[in-house]
Amino acid sequence: MSLENFMSDAISPWMKENGPDCDIVMSSRIRLARNFENRTFPLIAKAEDLDDVLDFFQESYQDADFNDRGKLQFLRIADLSPIEKKVFVEKHLISPHLAEHAEEAGVLLSESEQVSIMVNEEDHLRIQLYLPGFQLRKALSEAFEVDDWLEQKITYAFDEERGYLTTCPTNVGTGLRASVMMHLPALTMTHQMNRLTPAINQLGLVVRGIYGEGSEAQGNIYQISNQITLGKSEQDIVEDLESVVSQLVEQERQARETLTEELSIQLEDRIFRSYGTLRYSRIIESKEAATCLSDVRLGIDIGYIQDMPQSILNELMVLIQPGFLQHYAKRSLSGRERDVLRASLIRERLHLENN
Amino acid sequence: MECQECHIRPATLHLTNVVNGQKTEMHVCEHCAKENGYVSYGQEGYSLHNLLSGLFHMNPSTVQGHKHFSQAPAALACPKCGLTYNEFTRIGKFGCASCYETFEDNLNPIFRRVHSGNTKHEGKIPKRMGSGIEKKRKIAAYRESMQQFIQEEEFEKAAELRDKIRLLEQQSDEQEEGDS
Ligand SMILES: [Zn+2]
Ligand SMILES: [Zn+2]
Repeated sequence: MSLENFMSDAISPWMKENGPDCDIVMSSRIRLARNFENRTFPLIAKAEDLDDVLDFFQESYQDADFNDRGKLQFLRIADLSPIEKKVFVEKHLISPHLAEHAEEAGVLLSESEQVSIMVNEEDHLRIQLYLPGFQLRKALSEAFEVDDWLEQKITYAFDEERGYLTTCPTNVGTGLRASVMMHLPALTMTHQMNRLTPAINQLGLVVRGIYGEGSEAQGNIYQISNQITLGKSEQDIVEDLESVVSQLVEQERQARETLTEELSIQLEDRIFRSYGTLRYSRIIESKEAATCLSDVRLGIDIGYIQDMPQSILNELMVLIQPGFLQHYAKRSLSGRERDVLRASLIRERLHLENN
Repeated sequence: MECQECHIRPATLHLTNVVNGQKTEMHVCEHCAKENGYVSYGQEGYSLHNLLSGLFHMNPSTVQGHKHFSQAPAALACPKCGLTYNEFTRIGKFGCASCYETFEDNLNPIFRRVHSGNTKHEGKIPKRMGSGIEKKRKIAAYRESMQQFIQEEEFEKAAELRDKIRLLEQQSDEQEEGDS
């Protein structure tokens, strides 16, 4: 496979489009948790019950047309190779939990990979909808369309008092997890994230790294999401998150301005050193690569580096993950082999831009 | 109910204390429970799992002296999926939709804790069961503002709302008759 083809595989088609504030907000995601009314939740359900659910999805939705999104594809996770599973996780199409419970799990994907519906995750359905940039409200209304469409064939577990009933008490009510992926290099460099994170937590929002709970902010990318799902409408949840994200966008812009004004030459030096590392290194670990990519992306955003697309960070952040490297190599690789392949793929990718 | 230790904060923990076969109930706030070592929490806040076990399931190592705490409905089991209350508090997860009904009496403190004091859904309603619930929500909201108007002696406005409520109630009666 050529690198170009492989790259186009590495990022979902929806990610190639630009969205509002996409210099800072990389993507917006809405997730809705839903369950069947009369079935035991996946956590303790018998294998045959879970198979029933998979069969139902296969029959009802394989190749179904959903509005203008083209045909949906239903995949059983058990049919994926271990490396493919990793790739799906690294592309955020499925959760690590789903990959681990592969025997009875599935995923329904839209062509652009913008809609992914996980089946038999912790809940029977986890509807995920992604949009590029900062577009939470639009993502919510589109996720509702998917929800309404699925509901034509499924009776959801719902209670007037408690709302949508979920396996975990932390999801009950709306079942909604709204989140954004933000690139916050200037706030991190100026050590402001340490101060901001507790303040954000106090507002009932969660801040974490790019690959989920407990993961550190690789490449200065943070995921910010709501925690409360009960007692607030979906619109209010999304608006509350939006207002915090808007403030963060503003603060990041200010921090970038301050940095370029006061530390111009140091910042430029750091960015170009990172650029050099990516262009010329022969061995690179994922953590270093992520840090350098973040610097280069910042360099593109503030105009130090030209003729390089912003999307390079989104692309390469996925590409440098272990699953993807092995997918590319079509075999499993040792740590050192991965570091060598990572360096060489990054060099080639940057080279593509300079031709 | 107020906490029986500090008499300030509301009691969110309801413990059953069994000494020599004698049962006594304890109603304390989380703060006092922690102070007195009835429950233990991790340094960095607590995960939901700790929270649930903290609420219902006493960790024996933290129970003082000879006191032994047990929770009353431990043997309660969901008729649909078989999950017992004990298991529910241990894993912190529901087994099916009926679990919510089965453990209903013990859920409010959990939801309040997890969702900043909220216990009632305010969001989307499935299309298929939607219209009835929406009507109920509307009636409840009208009733509230009607009371407000009565207190402010704005009787004309209150009467207007009363008529709206009647109309809505008639509609739902007709619908129910039509359904049966
Ligand atoms: Zn107290
Ligand atoms: Zn149950």
